[in-house]
Amino acid sequence: MTSVQTPAQDGAPTGPSVLKPATEAQAHEVLRWAVAEEQPVELVGGGTKRAIGRPVQAAHRLDFSGLRGISLYEPEELVLSAAAGTPLAEIEATLAARRQQLAFEPADPGPLFGRPAGTQTLGGVVSANLSGPRRIKAGAARDHVLGCRAVSGHGELFKAGGRVVKNVTGYDLPKLFTGAWGTLVALTEVTLKVLPAPEHERTLLLLGLDDAAAIQALSSALCSPHEVAGAAHLPAAMAAGIPGAAEQGAAVTAIRLEGFAPSVAYRAGLLEKALGGKAATAALEGGASAAFWRAVRDVAPFVARPERAVWRISVAPRRGPAVLGELAARLGAEGYYDWGGGLIWLGTDPAGDAGAAAVRAAVGGEGHATLLRAPEAVRTAVPVFHPQAPALAALSARVKQTYDPRDILNPGRMTAGI
Amino acid sequence: MEMPKPDAAVLARRVELIGALRRIVPGEGVIVDADELRAYESDGVMAYRQMPLVVVLPSTTEQVSEVLRFCHEAGVKVVPRGAGTSLSGGALPLADGVLLGMSKFNRILEIDWEDRCVRVQPGVTNLGITTAVAHRGFYYAPDPSSQIACTIGGNVAENSGGVHCLKYGLTTNNVLGVEMVLMNGEVVRLGGKHLDSEGYDLLAAVTGSEGLLGVVTEVTVRILPKPETARALLLGFPTVEGGGQCVAEIIAAGIIPGGMEMMDRPAIHAAEDFVHAGYPLDVDGLLIVELDGPEAEVDHLIAEVERIARGCGATYARVSSSEEERLTFWAGRKSAFPAVGQIGPDYLCMDGTIPRKELPRVLRAMTEMSQRHGLRVANVFHAGDGNLHPLILYDANRPGEIEKAEAFGADILKLCVDVGGVLTGEHGVGVEKRDLMPYQFQPEDLTHQQRLKCAFDPDGLLNPGKVFPQLHRCAEMGRLHVHRGQIPFPDIPRF
Repeated sequence: MTSVQTPAQDGAPTGPSVLKPATEAQAHEVLRWAVAEEQPVELVGGGTKRAIGRPVQAAHRLDFSGLRGISLYEPEELVLSAAAGTPLAEIEATLAARRQQLAFEPADPGPLFGRPAGTQTLGGVVSANLSGPRRIKAGAARDHVLGCRAVSGHGELFKAGGRVVKNVTGYDLPKLFTGAWGTLVALTEVTLKVLPAPEHERTLLLLGLDDAAAIQALSSALCSPHEVAGAAHLPAAMAAGIPGAAEQGAAVTAIRLEGFAPSVAYRAGLLEKALGGKAATAALEGGASAAFWRAVRDVAPFVARPERAVWRISVAPRRGPAVLGELAARLGAEGYYDWGGGLIWLGTDPAGDAGAAAVRAAVGGEGHATLLRAPEAVRTAVPVFHPQAPALAALSARVKQTYDPRDILNPGRMTAGI
Repeated sequence: MEMPKPDAAVLARRVELIGALRRIVPGEGVIVDADELRAYESDGVMAYRQMPLVVVLPSTTEQVSEVLRFCHEAGVKVVPRGAGTSLSGGALPLADGVLLGMSKFNRILEIDWEDRCVRVQPGVTNLGITTAVAHRGFYYAPDPSSQIACTIGGNVAENSGGVHCLKYGLTTNNVLGVEMVLMNGEVVRLGGKHLDSEGYDLLAAVTGSEGLLGVVTEVTVRILPKPETARALLLGFPTVEGGGQCVAEIIAAGIIPGGMEMMDRPAIHAAEDFVHAGYPLDVDGLLIVELDGPEAEVDHLIAEVERIARGCGATYARVSSSEEERLTFWAGRKSAFPAVGQIGPDYLCMDGTIPRKELPRVLRAMTEMSQRHGLRVANVFHAGDGNLHPLILYDANRPGEIEKAEAFGADILKLCVDVGGVLTGEHGVGVEKRDLMPYQFQPEDLTHQQRLKCAFDPDGLLNPGKVFPQLHRCAEMGRLHVHRGQIPFPDIPRF
């Protein structure tokens, strides 16, 4: 284990100490000590998501990047286990060599936060439940997490779940810990379901549709049996920053099809026939299609607009255009849609509450809005995660209390109490 | 199998409790007559029986909330029940507990075609959802074999599977939201028509929690457009290993079939005698592979799978040429349980999951165990996801045979854990596998599961005696066991 100290002047209070365990046993040892001494710790992997959530006030930073390595990969069993600090890039490359993938298509949030691409870790991806455009077909990160090893706020190392897909033995804790932003347990190892990578992909583009017509077209596509694996709509200004869309000079509505080449060609033909009457069409094949969806996934339009605060809004798909329309009118916000209209990436003016009051009012109780990127002062003052109804908020607080009774793990990351 | 000792004080207050419950749920919604209570004394596991203190059949969320709040305050245990098809005793009543039946929650509340989801009450049957949306080409994907009878509320409690899980997921992957009442009567909504959770993913924790965390009063599920076409292959192998190899190679080729089921020789023969599906009788392993999707894709993949099967030594291959023939292929597999019931007076159905590659080893060991225990076993197997259903044949009328069958079953499940698998793939722990939990989990693993219960039901009144072999008090599990004053990390520099 290595341990470093943030430089401090003589006599000045010291900054957070950084502890970098090299083994699970060392991580356990550090956390046992932290619990015993009531020393809050910030859990960090690649650090790409440190600017998400409420700022964590902790005297110690526990750096998991030393805890790395794939411990199990059996392609014919569709399963992979790796230490929490394993770079996602390493996992994706390992899978790609066997023509497999993480079907939930995790985004790379690095560039959105002004950091390099390709540095996030498995633990970070799982703790944030990051899922990309294929989420509508393949499920979220949580749907692919089969098991884990972790240290809770009791300072105890334990395992949950397993390595097989079909498993109802006890509570599904690994899914609960997915998306908990490191506030319940510190993950040390994660076991994932992996899937074959599609042999081929093609994206059908419909050009020049307004938002309402676009979401309706995406809905028709998603209601068809053609196994749509991506459904996004970018108004013209947003499309301008996306490879494959920028060239069109218009709003772009995109439908991705994946699979065996003859199947993709067949389905694309049927969809074009069904939807092509409504707008001009174009197509992106193979690598061009992949580049387009990577940009949608990684929120490229707002990587190019660093001055904007960024919201991630999840609503019922058909509500998408009304919510974005209202916020565009009220806040001068701009944004685009993924997940057939159900996911809105929204850019607002970061001044004041970054539009929080208006955003939360527009979303209401049916859906949620996360203030993903904003200056630290705004994230301190404004609830970053969508406020919950009182009974649910109280239940969530009890879940936090049961796993981390001394508030050691990423204290305050999600709400003032969580 | 022991259940928590009935609370004499609660038993003594039966009349008073019934009166209070009648004030919440009037009329026929409170059942107290012994003859009527008998209908609720067991679920799908007939070997376990217990008369409940009283049965309450609420019809609104408000009533559920009031019943739970009342029981919470009175310290009375509650066992929730859907259709009572559990194969693990999840709905087994308690002598001193209220059985909360959800059968009156049987309405479909909303079909939202545009957002591709359906909002239903929990007493709607699994198949009822598909039936309601089939006319517009949709269906609900998880299809447990009890789907005619089992309810969606029970599916949420058990995280039910079916034969299409490999491609389309389990209940947990297809539920978007629930309304749920906590033991203290509070009503919470988790999820909805939108995707993912805004905070902790409590929906994931609740799905498969076997009625220990709350009572679900409304469920939102996603529905899928029906695949354009589906065709099946029937593949026979001289050894089960050959079939197992074929499954591995199909997946290695990047193919995820809609369904992939295997049967061993005893199961093949039982099924063929029972429904005459035309199964080959001179093979040791029979694989049914179903491919669904666009016609062009299915045609391409059928040829591909047949080629792989031949390479793995298949001696028999037949492709369904009509919808009728495809259904005939499945008829044998789907009636495997009753078919096996024909060859032995009684059977125990096990439900372990193993890593697929361990199949030959597990089957060999099972043959050896079968001889050792002196009981026959037939195997049906969700080959795609490694979920085994060994059916142990016994005769309940012969003294000691049920105990022998249970011991055989426990040996099989322990073996599943030994090879890296789990005790239950889709039937749940319930009371049936409860006492085996410590074989799969260390004490600290189980403690961390039980701590979740403390956040939802700290007094342990909801469905106690299920899933966990030992009940710990939440106060005890909440206590931190720490040793202060040690010098941490002697090997690293201190600042």
